[in-house]
Amino acid sequence: MESIYLLIPISVILVFVIAIAFWWSVRSGQFDDLEGPGFRVLMDEDMPKLQNDVQESNESKKV
Amino acid sequence: MSVAKTTYNDKVVRQFAVMTVIWGIVGMLVGVIIAAQLVWPELNMGFLHFGRLRPLHTNAVIFAFGGCALFATSYWCVQRTSHARLWGGPLVPFTFWGWQIVILLAAITLPLGITQSKEYAELEWPIDILITLVWVSYAIVFFGTIAKRTVSHIYVANWFFGAFIIAVALLHLVNSAAVPVSLTKSYSVYSGVQDAMIQWWYGHNAVGFFLTAGFLGMMYYFVPKQAGRPVYSYRLSVVHFWALIFTYMWAGPHHLHYTALPDWTQSVGMVFSLILLAPSWGGMINGIMTLSGAWHKLRDDPILKFLITSLSFYGMSTFEGPMMAIKTVNALSHYTDWTVGHVHSGALGWVAMVSIGSLYYLLPKLFGKTEMYSTKLVTTHFWIATIGTVLYIASMWIAGVMQGLMWRAVNTDGTLAYSFVESVKGSYPFWAIRWLGGVLFLSGMLIMAYNMFKTMAGGKIQDIPVFVPAGHHA
Repeated sequence: MESIYLLIPISVILVFVIAIAFWWSVRSGQFDDLEGPGFRVLMDEDMPKLQNDVQESNESKKV
Repeated sequence: MSVAKTTYNDKVVRQFAVMTVIWGIVGMLVGVIIAAQLVWPELNMGFLHFGRLRPLHTNAVIFAFGGCALFATSYWCVQRTSHARLWGGPLVPFTFWGWQIVILLAAITLPLGITQSKEYAELEWPIDILITLVWVSYAIVFFGTIAKRTVSHIYVANWFFGAFIIAVALLHLVNSAAVPVSLTKSYSVYSGVQDAMIQWWYGHNAVGFFLTAGFLGMMYYFVPKQAGRPVYSYRLSVVHFWALIFTYMWAGPHHLHYTALPDWTQSVGMVFSLILLAPSWGGMINGIMTLSGAWHKLRDDPILKFLITSLSFYGMSTFEGPMMAIKTVNALSHYTDWTVGHVHSGALGWVAMVSIGSLYYLLPKLFGKTEMYSTKLVTTHFWIATIGTVLYIASMWIAGVMQGLMWRAVNTDGTLAYSFVESVKGSYPFWAIRWLGGVLFLSGMLIMAYNMFKTMAGGKIQDIPVFVPAGHHA
């Protein structure tokens, strides 16, 4: 079962890598707010027309 | 305000989106042809027989159709949620053209019989190297864009896309390791049962990360956007992500039940497959419940119909999968058409439908329109696709269980009750129904292509400035 000697270390290393990624994401505050991001994604306007309006109003505010 | 002057790179999204539909038609057409070859064997002509065309079908629908859909949606999503333009300069068009060349080379080499004979990894070593280059570029572009994001939070969909990119790179490198003997021939560095185990570690995780994690990323962005509501529980989506990626890697051996693979390895695979039911259904419920309190939207919005139906099929096939991984069930289902039905429940019902829904969301926005040319045609497409999928799955269930029962049936004296050919003969009517289901699904794609080109016609392509979140002005 030589393939196991390859696959199990790969999987174990992978689990450690995932654990590090998880640890980083928790420490860096990725999950401090678990409500807001769901709403924020809806506020990003991606319709070209609306986009221009937002753009113009922002610019007029600056002036 | 200089940030607001930057525009999103939507050109590459446009290219991948259009090619998704084109390759979808090509891949599904090959599927319809090989389904017809099973019903009418005289259609196996010359070297264009079932054996040569089947890998062409699987490669075209998974990597050409599914791959282009993933590139298009991940590039759109990562730019919108990171509030940044795609990073990577010339690497961005390279991912598009490189991927198209991979697909073209696959379409040439597979019918010619140039193959590594590894399921879903048939392409020979020079193409494998090109895939590696494209994939590394994809990773650099994707993670580069995340790195230069202008908001601190990384939206959950990007976690799924990111895991999909890393896992596929790893799977591809390990499984495709081979010793070349000529430009078109190589030998795998693994052999026998070792090879089988590596192959299905790859094969199952390709399903898990290419066809599941990537498309879940799509789901977590496009379902809330189309519904106009936040995902049911953002907390659950984060739990869903970590649970799924921690457990997925170990389920591969369930493809090798009752083979030369050691029994304990098979049991480990079975147990992890059963565990996978929990995160899968968590995600499915999370997606569907996003519509909670707004179910009426499902009545008139065909795009939402596509997205929510795809989640229902995701729920069905992720229940069916763990059940089929149980050894006693597998003893009946293995090598029968039940497996084929299960795969298509995921492939047509989940992967294709969530991609089609996401594309219908994207296409008008990409070509400066407010909606698709014809919403009626989207509704027609939805019903045709759903009926096609149901016909496909139901006929394969019946054929599969029938085959399994016929193969294991023994007379009182211990001899086999049926010859193999009798089970083939019994399967004919169901293969005809399966072919019909495929024809319906393909016609839906043709309607989509017509609708897409009509939407594109006369569209004003505009560079859209990067949206700066409100909080950043203050």
